[in-house]
Amino acid sequence: MMQVRKIHVSTTVNGEPREFLCEPGQVLSDALRNNLEMTGTKEGCTTGDCGACSVLLDDALVCSCLVLAAEAEGRRVATIEGVAQDGRLHPIQQQLLEHAGLQCGICTPGVVVAAKALLEENPDPSEEEVRFWLAGNLCRCTGYDKIILAVLAAASEIRGA
Amino acid sequence: MNDSVKTDFKYVGTRPVRPDGPDKVTGRAKYGADLNLPGMLHAHYVRSPYAHAVIKSIDFSEALKLPGVIATMTGEDLPEPGDKLMQGAEIEMKLSDMAPVVMARGRAMFHGHPVAAVAATSASLAAEAAALVRVEYEVLPHVIDMHAALEDDAPLLHADLITTGLDPAPTVPSNLSVDLALEMGDVDLGFADADVVVERTYSVPMCHQGYIEPHAAIASADETGRVEIWCCTQGPFMVRNFTSQLTGIEPGKIKVTASEIGGGFGGKTTVYIEPVAAVLALKSGRPVKVVLSREEVFRATGPVSCSETRVRIGAKKDGTLTAIDIDIVMDSGCYSSSSIMPATMFGAACYRCENQRSRGREVLTNKPRVWAYRAPGAPQSIMAVECAVNELAEELGIDPVDFRLHNAVEEGDIPVFGLPFQAIGYKKALQAAKEHPHYQAPLGPGQGRGLASAFWINSGQQSSATINIALDGAINVLTGNPDIGGSRASMALLAAEVFGVPVETVHPTVADTDSVGYCDGTGGSRTTLATGGAVIQAAEKLVLELRHRAAAIWGVDLDEVEWVDGKAVARTTGDLENLMDAGAAVQLENREMSLVELAETSGATGGPLSAVASLHAHNSAPAFAINICDAAVDRETGKVDITRFTCIQDAGKAVHPAYVEGQMQGGAVQGIGWALNEEYLYDENGVLENPGFLDYRMPVASDLPMIDTVIIEEPNPLHPYGIRGVGEVPICPPMPAVATAVNRAAGTALYDLPLSPPKLLAAIDRAVE
Amino acid sequence: MSLVQYSAPSTLAEALQALAGGAANRPLAGGTDLLVQVKLGLRDPQHIVDLKRIPELTALTLDDNGLRLGAAVPGAIVTTNREIARIYPGFTEALGLIGSSQVQGRCSAGGNLCNASPAADCVPALIVNRATCHIAGLGGERTVAAEDFTTGPGTHCLEDGEILVSLELPRPAPRTADAYLRMIPRTEMDIAIVGAGVALTLDESGVCTDARVAIGAVAPTALLVPGAAAALIGTTLDEDSLRNAGYAASGAAVPITDKRGTADYRRKVVGVLVRRAAAIARSRIEQPT
Repeated sequence: MMQVRKIHVSTTVNGEPREFLCEPGQVLSDALRNNLEMTGTKEGCTTGDCGACSVLLDDALVCSCLVLAAEAEGRRVATIEGVAQDGRLHPIQQQLLEHAGLQCGICTPGVVVAAKALLEENPDPSEEEVRFWLAGNLCRCTGYDKIILAVLAAASEIRGA
Repeated sequence: MNDSVKTDFKYVGTRPVRPDGPDKVTGRAKYGADLNLPGMLHAHYVRSPYAHAVIKSIDFSEALKLPGVIATMTGEDLPEPGDKLMQGAEIEMKLSDMAPVVMARGRAMFHGHPVAAVAATSASLAAEAAALVRVEYEVLPHVIDMHAALEDDAPLLHADLITTGLDPAPTVPSNLSVDLALEMGDVDLGFADADVVVERTYSVPMCHQGYIEPHAAIASADETGRVEIWCCTQGPFMVRNFTSQLTGIEPGKIKVTASEIGGGFGGKTTVYIEPVAAVLALKSGRPVKVVLSREEVFRATGPVSCSETRVRIGAKKDGTLTAIDIDIVMDSGCYSSSSIMPATMFGAACYRCENQRSRGREVLTNKPRVWAYRAPGAPQSIMAVECAVNELAEELGIDPVDFRLHNAVEEGDIPVFGLPFQAIGYKKALQAAKEHPHYQAPLGPGQGRGLASAFWINSGQQSSATINIALDGAINVLTGNPDIGGSRASMALLAAEVFGVPVETVHPTVADTDSVGYCDGTGGSRTTLATGGAVIQAAEKLVLELRHRAAAIWGVDLDEVEWVDGKAVARTTGDLENLMDAGAAVQLENREMSLVELAETSGATGGPLSAVASLHAHNSAPAFAINICDAAVDRETGKVDITRFTCIQDAGKAVHPAYVEGQMQGGAVQGIGWALNEEYLYDENGVLENPGFLDYRMPVASDLPMIDTVIIEEPNPLHPYGIRGVGEVPICPPMPAVATAVNRAAGTALYDLPLSPPKLLAAIDRAVE
Repeated sequence: MSLVQYSAPSTLAEALQALAGGAANRPLAGGTDLLVQVKLGLRDPQHIVDLKRIPELTALTLDDNGLRLGAAVPGAIVTTNREIARIYPGFTEALGLIGSSQVQGRCSAGGNLCNASPAADCVPALIVNRATCHIAGLGGERTVAAEDFTTGPGTHCLEDGEILVSLELPRPAPRTADAYLRMIPRTEMDIAIVGAGVALTLDESGVCTDARVAIGAVAPTALLVPGAAAALIGTTLDEDSLRNAGYAASGAAVPITDKRGTADYRRKVVGVLVRRAAAIARSRIEQPT
């Protein structure tokens, strides 16, 4: 076995400076969850197919399981833990609750992060646009119906606010 | 209807935000893999690279040379299972069919079968160590296809397997584990009576429950041998029971805490990793965490039986059914367990037909042992019967809903499995389908429509609930059922209804196995009915206690105190002569104490307000569901687009209607996936070719239309609130609804699911020729 | 996993030095293929060299000469650029079809080429756009046509230590448009069973004066199909000509049967997609948005 030197990473998570040591092959979702104890980011597949680990990396929506933790050096990471602000849920979070848009809830953090990225880019998406944007967020419980309704309702709420 | 069934509700039937909602939309909720413990080790499996092989030796020496590799395990670390039966399993199961699923003993039965495990100080080290474990195998011939497994020269999975269900029992072993038959009336006479007979074979592929959260567990042990397990499971008490029986650890020494659970659909009603974590924790004296990869989940957990069903159905010209004959073969993987019994029993349960025969055979193959998926077994046989019924109705020129209404079971009818129906909502659901705008809407060009109905039995089983009232009147409800789809909200609504207090003052908790009475798992559509029933009983006990307290405070008899809208209220009898004086009567008349006031003073009036209820629910009642599906087919590529979908279901009473709709929609989409693209693909070596979400194609958001829902409420006459189960039946009607719609759109008769584009295009081309 | 080193050089020269040690050193762009392959045990690199901090790899310029696209520019940057989508609609669609919104934040046209999947969506679209690949190595720079980049499933023309730096798509001639279609069983998240890219040039009377047709997932590499282009050139793209182009594509296909589809299916559907893609490209010329 070759001796693996850990890598020191200085990054920004939800606006706060954070540091951690990671293995070269460790992915960002793992580092967030197990090095920084931010387990809101979920891992459903670790191959980029389920979207449960969605985060923003320098404002780009990505699967954090397909980002090496070391790549976060000097970059900005935004996770589910930073979505609710000042003790208030984001409209997407609130509308998911109002519409029963979650059952088991394991996909929910990824859905929230991805939907928020959509609404920041497109404040008035069609149902079809929401569906295609969220195609990478697998949900096995809801059949997506109530998730889509919640995102559309949140978009409308944000536009009206 | 039974007068004791409540029909007027204040809270039940409303749609409050679920109590665990904020934690789940913010990422705070802790799921299986979200816990780490100090000093924790990580386990990694060694899995069989062969579909069938004798394990000749296992050598850990190279792995143990790595610094930080602490403990190892093989099947020899589990006690010899013998021929005991599993305790606490829903169906009769042998321990010897269960133990080797957790870890192989002597023989690897499928590719990916756990053969050994190592625990090390990091996950990457454990993986590296597992790769250094040397296992010597003697490769045996394997069989993957269930038809091939029934051939005389097929490799025998178990040298001692004698088919059960046959009389006389066979004298030679085979891969046919079960062969059972049910019959009523005279089927041959029924077919002789028929004007039209439809006969066809239908196939359903092996699939996976597809929960997004991989199995995860941490076990730790103290110096006295007491083991604590944290895991994502549908049943913490099941984990305690099964782990105890599989490891030999006494049940009283195991405490299981269920984490939040990221989906299960039946797939987490058994154990895979928990006994392994427990054994490694005992061996190492350290907490041990096991988290499966997605690939491991697909290769070695859960899958769902593939099936082939031959159906013959006969009817008179007026549509009256004369005979139904079902012959279903199901693949159970490498050990017996499949759902052949319900598949055999429930395929035609929607239909009144006095001549019925049903044969079910379970076959073993070198694939992972199958397990429950929503309504286990039923979708496979219902797929066949419903498609055949649609074809029969079409041949007779009768509308498919009218055909079903003409033959629908109702109260008093006795189905082939013998249990007479009480009040059921099937006909109401059919009527609702007929009147639904979807059913009336014209089809677009190139589209087809399919309708299917389904029955599922639902279960009751054992449940407990504890309710504690805090000094401020807050109501804490403890049950042992993990909240897989909003059950905390249901428990809160039921308690709020009994106490007559706002649902926001009720705080439901999923308690560990040391802290609450026994509960069977969250499954079988039973949680709202049975655990909810325990909550109702515990709440009613406390209401009685609260009335006692008020009566004592007021110095009156219990029956002079009523409980109204969250308050103890003195009964206004108007019978003033019997009271000491008129002044006292007036005073008494105006007296009331709220739950909060009674709680505040509880210390002085008899102590804490706390109640426990436990029950064995025998009051479950069946569910009926109907789906209407419109599909468009691209006739040049075979691609299917589901354009409209409607679910209609009898919920008895929908406690939280939004989560009932969610069960209907979620089950519908799982069924759509199973019909169109989901399937296990094996290569010639018995290796699963698509063990990931990329090629195991579950529906994504853009594949689907909105899923319309209609909830019918025909109260369950046996349940105090009229509740039936809702969680399982939704997966029964989608496959035949989709298959009928697609075949009508494509002009084909393709009943070999999934209806994936290459297969469908080939069928279209055949139909054109 | 034997991965023991990660580096993120900020210049091309440093990156070439870091990669010089042989195949155990792997360049990383978006990682949406490489990290999955590492995770599934299909690749076992010792040193990953992240190219995303190198300016040449992340630059994007669009001018009168065309589009120069750094090999690691993520899909989302390209597909949200309206001018690129207007000039190269088919290429933009093809790139946008790769994976989810999340994958779009990382995946790149360059990475899609280097992964060398026969089913890569970008590649037929790059080929019909006459894209050239700019390659750098310690020995110097060179260019290769997109259709010559991939040499087989998972293999390409890069020597060990070479880096694909950028792609260049020339500015299309007037009255030219492209289109790309793929067949997948779902609407998203799948690997193409069949892909088809078409670029057409029409004269003012609607006669096709130039055409390129490339097909994916029906051969070891994406194929340029001159026969399909020939069936279109000189015609008004009437139904018969479109069908003939489809037949030529089906004839050129040498597909396999695998878990995603049968050879028969692929051969048949590639013709359908070529026909449909050509019709879309034509309508884009006739009714520019």
